[in-house]
Amino acid sequence: MLARTITHALVGLDARRVEVEAHLQNGLPAFAIVGLPDRACQEAKQRVRSGITSAELNWPDRRLTVNLAPAELRKEGSGFDLPIALAVLAASRQVSDESLRGHAAVGELALDGRVRPVAGVLAAAEGAKEQGLSRLFCAAASAPEAALAGIEPVPLHHLAEAASYLRGEWQPEPFDEPDELPSPEGLPDLADVRGQERARRALELAAAGGHNLLLAGPPGTGKTMLARRLSGILPPLTREEALEVTRIHSVAGLLPPGRPLVTAPPFRAPHHTASAPAIVGGGSGPRPGEASLAHRGVLFLDELAEFPRPTLEALRQPLEDGAISIARVEGKAVFPARFQLVATMNLCPCGARGDPAAECSCSTQRLAAYRDKLSRALLDRFDLLVTVPRPRAVELASAPSEASAVVRERVVAAREQLRERRPERTDAADALLSRAVERLPLSARGRARVARVSATVAALAGAAEVAPEHLAEALSFRTPNELAAAA
Amino acid sequence: MSAVPAEVASHVRSLRRNDLPELLRQIHDPPRTLFLRGSASADVLDQAAVAVVGARACSPYGSQVARMLGRELAAAGLVVVSGLARGVDGEAHRGALQAGGITVAVLGCGIDRDYPAAHAELARRICERGLVVSEYEPGVEPAPWRFPARNRIIAGLAAATVIVEARERSGALITADFALEDGREVFAVPGEITSTLATGTNRLLGQGATPLTSAEDVLELFGLAASQRPAAPPLGADAASVVERLTEGAASADELARATGLAPGPLAAALTELELAGLATEAEGRYRGVISTG
Repeated sequence: MLARTITHALVGLDARRVEVEAHLQNGLPAFAIVGLPDRACQEAKQRVRSGITSAELNWPDRRLTVNLAPAELRKEGSGFDLPIALAVLAASRQVSDESLRGHAAVGELALDGRVRPVAGVLAAAEGAKEQGLSRLFCAAASAPEAALAGIEPVPLHHLAEAASYLRGEWQPEPFDEPDELPSPEGLPDLADVRGQERARRALELAAAGGHNLLLAGPPGTGKTMLARRLSGILPPLTREEALEVTRIHSVAGLLPPGRPLVTAPPFRAPHHTASAPAIVGGGSGPRPGEASLAHRGVLFLDELAEFPRPTLEALRQPLEDGAISIARVEGKAVFPARFQLVATMNLCPCGARGDPAAECSCSTQRLAAYRDKLSRALLDRFDLLVTVPRPRAVELASAPSEASAVVRERVVAAREQLRERRPERTDAADALLSRAVERLPLSARGRARVARVSATVAALAGAAEVAPEHLAEALSFRTPNELAAAA
Repeated sequence: MSAVPAEVASHVRSLRRNDLPELLRQIHDPPRTLFLRGSASADVLDQAAVAVVGARACSPYGSQVARMLGRELAAAGLVVVSGLARGVDGEAHRGALQAGGITVAVLGCGIDRDYPAAHAELARRICERGLVVSEYEPGVEPAPWRFPARNRIIAGLAAATVIVEARERSGALITADFALEDGREVFAVPGEITSTLATGTNRLLGQGATPLTSAEDVLELFGLAASQRPAAPPLGADAASVVERLTEGAASADELARATGLAPGPLAAALTELELAGLATEAEGRYRGVISTG
C-alpha cells in the first residue's frame, strides 16, 4: 500500500517540492528512510514512530519504506517528520489518501506527538502556494508565518489533530491575518547621545541615502553607541521588504515566536572572531550569513580592523551586487544581501591616536600593519567617513539632543525625494567637484561616491538641485588622509 | 661590503671624494664615494640646500610644519635635503615636490633599496627632478648603525639644518650635532612643552639653536625672499568665521560648530572650502589652520 504527501526542502531560500512516499509491504517489521536524508532527517524514524503511537494511532507492524523524492536532492533537518507521519498514516489507511490532496506539510514531531515549529516555514509555504496547493499543515506557532505566503495554514498542536482533521472530524480555528504591520519598537534612541553633532549628521545622511558609514576615532567617543542607533532612524520596511527579510530570518530560524513578520530594518552585529562563512553565508546546505540577515538593514562591524582580511574582502562582492551566491556541487544558492555597512575603528592599535589627552605608543610597523588590514578597495566602499574625536566635557554636559523619531521624519522625506526626483548637480557644483578632484586625493570611485552623497545632502535640505554647498559638505566626509595614505 | 654585479655597477653614477660638493668635502669625515640615483645632474648638490629632519612618529602638527617648510623653501629655490624616513622627512620631501622644487634624499642603505618600503613611490618621484644619494654601494641592506652615519651627510650637504620634531633621544638630534660640529646653522621648531615630541627640539633651543617661526627665518640666511603666494580666493562668511576660530589652535568639527554657531551641514561645507583653498587641514578629526606666513 502506497501513500504520498508533499513537503518542501530548502536550497538556500528556494523551496523545492519533495514528495514523501510511504510504502507498506508484507514482511518482517522494519522502517527505512531513503532519498538522501541527513542525520536529523534520518532520526525522524524514532520521532515519527513515537509520535504516532503517542497520538493513539497505530504503528503499522509491517515492512515500511519511506522515500523522499527527488532522491538526488539532499534533505536536511527535522521538518520532514510531519509529512512522513501523515504519509505513514495514509499508507496504513488510518486516514484517506484522498483527504491529503491539496495539502502540503512541514513540522517536527515531539515524542509525545506534539508538533514543533521549524525554520523556513515561510519559504516552504511560498513553495506550496506556487505549486497550487491550498493548505499547509504546520505547527500552530508557525501558522502566522505560513499565512504571510497567502496560503491557508492548518495550525496543529498535536499529530492527533491532523488525523481528526483528515477524517473530517475537526476543523482548526479560522486564522486571522493581521492587516497592519506592527510598528518597530524598543530600538535605542538618538536622544541618548550627547554632543557629537558631526557624527550625528553623518548618521542622518547615511540613513537618508542608504550610504555605508565608517566611524573612526579613539575608544570611548561613542562610535558604537551612535552606530547602534542607525536602525532607529531608518524608515520602516515596506510590506514587500518585510517579506524578503522575514524569509531569510525564517530560514535561519531566527524569527521570534509570536512575531512572524520582521518589520524593523534588521541590525546585525557579528563579532570580529566570526568566520567568513558565518558572515557571508555558506555550509554544505548553504545557509544565510550575517550579511544576508542584515538584508534591508544594517550590518555593523565593530572594530573593523580586527576582522580578518579575507572576511572583509569577502564582503566586497555583496556590497557591489546586493546578493551573495554560494556555489555548491549540487547547485547554486543565492541569498539577497542588500545591507548598509556601518563600521567603527580606532585610528591605531593602541587607540590613543586622535585623543589629545593620550599619546600613541604604536610603532610605525604596527600602525602600518593595522591599516593594511583595510584595502583601498574596501575603504572605497564607504561613502561616508567620519573621524570622531574625543568630546570635550562641555559637550557631554549639554542638553539631550534630537530624538530618533524627529530625525526619522526627515530621513523618510529625503528618501521620498531621492526616489521621485533625484537632485541633479548645478554647473557651479560640477565646477567645484572638478576642482576638488584636482586638489584632493580622490579616486574615480571616490568622485562617484561624493556625487552620490551630495544628492543625499541636497535631498535632506529639501533642495531640488545639488548646490555647491551640498557638494562641499559631501566632500568633507571623504576618506581622511591618514587612512587613504596607508591603503 | 657586498660585491656589485658588473652590469649594475656600470649603470650606477657615483662621485669620488674629490668630486664631492664643496660643503660636503668640508665635514670632519666626508664619504669616500657618493652614489647617485635620479635624473638630475650632480650639480644639484652644489646648490644652496637646507636639511629638514625630525621624528618618524611625528604629530599632525609636525607633519604640517614639515610639509609647509618643504614647500616654501623649495619654492624659494632652495634644495630640500632629508632622509626619506617616515614622518617629518617624508613630509619635507613631499612639500618640496608639491612646490615643483628639487629635493635630495640621503639613504642609510644602497640607493637601489626602497627603504622604508612605503616610500618607494616617493623615492621614484624624488628621482624625477632630484636625487637619491648614499655612501653605500648598491645592494647594501639598511641597518640601524648606518643611519647616524647617514645623518652626517644630510647635515654636510646643507648650509642649514631645521629640526621639526624630536624626542629626547632622536636621530634628528644627531643630525643637529653634526651640523653644529661642521659650523652650520641649526634651526629648531618650537613645540608644546607638554609634548614629548618637543623635548629634543626645545632642548636644542635652550642650547642656542635659532627658533624657527616661519620659513622666512631660513630664507633670510640665504638672502632670499619668500615666493609670492597667489592671492587667496575670497572666502564666504561661514568660512571666514571658521578661519578666525582656527587661529586660536586646532579644533574638532563639533568644537568649531559650538564656537561659530554653525549647523553641522554648513560647517562641513565651510571646512571643505578652506581645505580646497589650502587654508585648513584635517588630521585625526581635528582641523588646524595652515600657517600662511613665509
